[in-house]
Amino acid sequence: MTTATSPRRTGGPDRPSGAAGGSPQKHPLLNRIFGKHPLGLIFSAPYLVFIAIVFAYPLGLAVWIAFHDFYFTAPGVPVDRPFVGFDNFRTALTDPDVWQAFGNVGIFLLINVPLTVVLSLVLANGLNQITRFRTFLRVAYYVPYVTASVAVVGVWLFLFNGNGLVNEILGPLAPSPSWLINSTWAMPTIALFVTWKQLGLYILLYLAALQNVQQELYESASTDGAGKVRQFFSVTVPGVRPATLLVLLLSTVTGANLFTEPYLLTGGGGPNGSSASPVLIMYQRGLEQGNPDVAAAIGVILIVLVLILAYLQNRFAGERN
Amino acid sequence: MSTKTPRTRRTLATASAAALALVAVTACSSGGDGGGGGNGGGGGEEGRGDITVWYSNNEQEVAWAEQMIEAWNADNPDQQVEGQEIPAGASSEEVIGAAITAGNAPCLIYNTAPVAVPQFQKQGGLVSLSEFEDGDEYIEERSGETAAQYASEDGAYYQMPWKSNPVMLFYNKDMFEAAGLDAENPSLATYDDFLAASKEIVDKGIAPNAINPAPTSEFFQSWFDFYPMYAAETGGTQLVEDGASTFTSEDGYAVAELWKTMYDEGYSSREQYQGDSFADGQSAMATVGPWAIGVYDDVNWGAVPVPTSDGIAPSETYTFSDAKNIGLYTACENQATAWDLLKFSTSEEQDGQLLELTGQMPLRANLTETYPEFFEENPAYELFGDQASRTVEVPNVPNAVTVWQTFRDAYSEAVIFGEGDIQSSFEDAATEIDELVSE
Repeated sequence: MTTATSPRRTGGPDRPSGAAGGSPQKHPLLNRIFGKHPLGLIFSAPYLVFIAIVFAYPLGLAVWIAFHDFYFTAPGVPVDRPFVGFDNFRTALTDPDVWQAFGNVGIFLLINVPLTVVLSLVLANGLNQITRFRTFLRVAYYVPYVTASVAVVGVWLFLFNGNGLVNEILGPLAPSPSWLINSTWAMPTIALFVTWKQLGLYILLYLAALQNVQQELYESASTDGAGKVRQFFSVTVPGVRPATLLVLLLSTVTGANLFTEPYLLTGGGGPNGSSASPVLIMYQRGLEQGNPDVAAAIGVILIVLVLILAYLQNRFAGERN
Repeated sequence: MSTKTPRTRRTLATASAAALALVAVTACSSGGDGGGGGNGGGGGEEGRGDITVWYSNNEQEVAWAEQMIEAWNADNPDQQVEGQEIPAGASSEEVIGAAITAGNAPCLIYNTAPVAVPQFQKQGGLVSLSEFEDGDEYIEERSGETAAQYASEDGAYYQMPWKSNPVMLFYNKDMFEAAGLDAENPSLATYDDFLAASKEIVDKGIAPNAINPAPTSEFFQSWFDFYPMYAAETGGTQLVEDGASTFTSEDGYAVAELWKTMYDEGYSSREQYQGDSFADGQSAMATVGPWAIGVYDDVNWGAVPVPTSDGIAPSETYTFSDAKNIGLYTACENQATAWDLLKFSTSEEQDGQLLELTGQMPLRANLTETYPEFFEENPAYELFGDQASRTVEVPNVPNAVTVWQTFRDAYSEAVIFGEGDIQSSFEDAATEIDELVSE
């Protein structure tokens, strides 16, 4: 096996010391802390502060709460918050509702994520090729994404209730009990709803990615005798791979945080908890029932599972290099 | 073999250190108890001065609160009250809970749900009204025997019993008439009567459902299907009494069986109706309180007590109170002013205003005798005024919301969706609930 090395463009151990190094070499510690371009830190500081306050601090606090006996109190109320190790995790993991919720969201992700990737890629590809009604169709797909869930949920309730349009069309094939009160169909219906609602965003991501696929590749493929389908699988799909990874990650993360739809569409995770999600259970335990420590433990478990999923997606769908 | 580059290692090390530092900083900041005193510092119980109060955002209660505050402010220039509607949120309880935690709750909230009181009390958010010299005396004199239901486990009052909306059975007279039922004196006293009327209404296609309580899973939904009938069937028993659940009884099973039949026969829908099915003519009956009188303007309605298996007399029938109370919050600096305002706003005069402006029943003993003119002029409310003296509250126990969620889950499974046996579902729920209230 041979290994090829390319000459380093900047820095590196083979660089003559003192030559063109300038001030960074004079303050190696400052250089290591602030980097070569400290000004960049100033520009990125507002966003870093935002991330620290809005994401990092709550995340750290959630981890801390998950390992303590914690409940919210008024300022100044003397209360012990002893370290309880994994007690809150034990409480969460011995609660059948929590297991059911994780199972439900697993079903949701199994339906929602692949459906989102396939539909958004196919539709984006179609939208990229058509010339008539292009703007209208792009807006049409995007409108559900920017419409408030509360408003759209109302429409879906009318569509999928016992006497709704869907059952009218299906006639005797309609499930009984109807979709949203059927323990088998409630979660798939929610997955379908979320897929439809989020599709506009992912189509936009794919449309942007498609602009970067070189036209020459299609021409070469065509010259080699590849038809439209072959071109799609051999040129388009590999060409938008980074976008696919992004869509996978985003749809997984947003799907794992499912809350509004079971809260509104199935009236609090019904029937019998078959559409409850981990975040809905967190809301019930943490805010309604006053057990934020158990809710935080569920949240930490959820984060770990999502990180594992994200790692696997990155490992198997990401760029090989 | 590790393939990590030095850069990757450095990045990982930096990220790990940052994460650890973050958790440590978070832990330090969370471990502290913050400043201020448990009673909000400032003047505490002796404090006098300007205060802020919150009230519900419905039109009628806003009108009542505005006139009440105006009357107080006119007489108390050195202790002015500023009123505002409870900030919007998923529920009032969440908003109030957040305000307690943040230390910015107002002095009084005229919409404190009894089910949330144990939690607010645990949070250190509520002032014990019993600590005021005339606290217990004032509450018990005004509300009579009913007041006892609102005392906490330590025997003190952390809420002022304010107003109830005793739940009764509304029915649509036009629909009853169309179904061939007696619209003026409907036979709805027993379960058999109730089922027979429901059958007529649905079988004759008068309405898609006879009655449509929300079949959803929220913890409070049982207050409008199971609980009023359970209160009536048991002659005024709470869901939990003396530290133990009570619903695994013949009475509890009888109510559950009735509702199960309603769902199985299609007299009630397992699907959530978008809107108010009674107002929209989609059902012929509803279990609601007197607040609904103003809402059901377009419906030719009548009201009767909720049914019982044997059909006991209306004058002996209990129901769920659906009360909202007043809490005095520890963040309040001028608690003496707040206590005086609390008494002013629950005086005979202001209770009369509440009755006039909202149609809701002040939790006051001898209500109908105290305001005879109102009930004479508004006969529709007379039944509710009488019913207000026989109401059952949600039990004031630890983990009250979890208790109700546990019950709702069991009820939803066994009664609404008919999966599993009612008795074993209720027994499992009772075991869980008994553990919860003993914590």
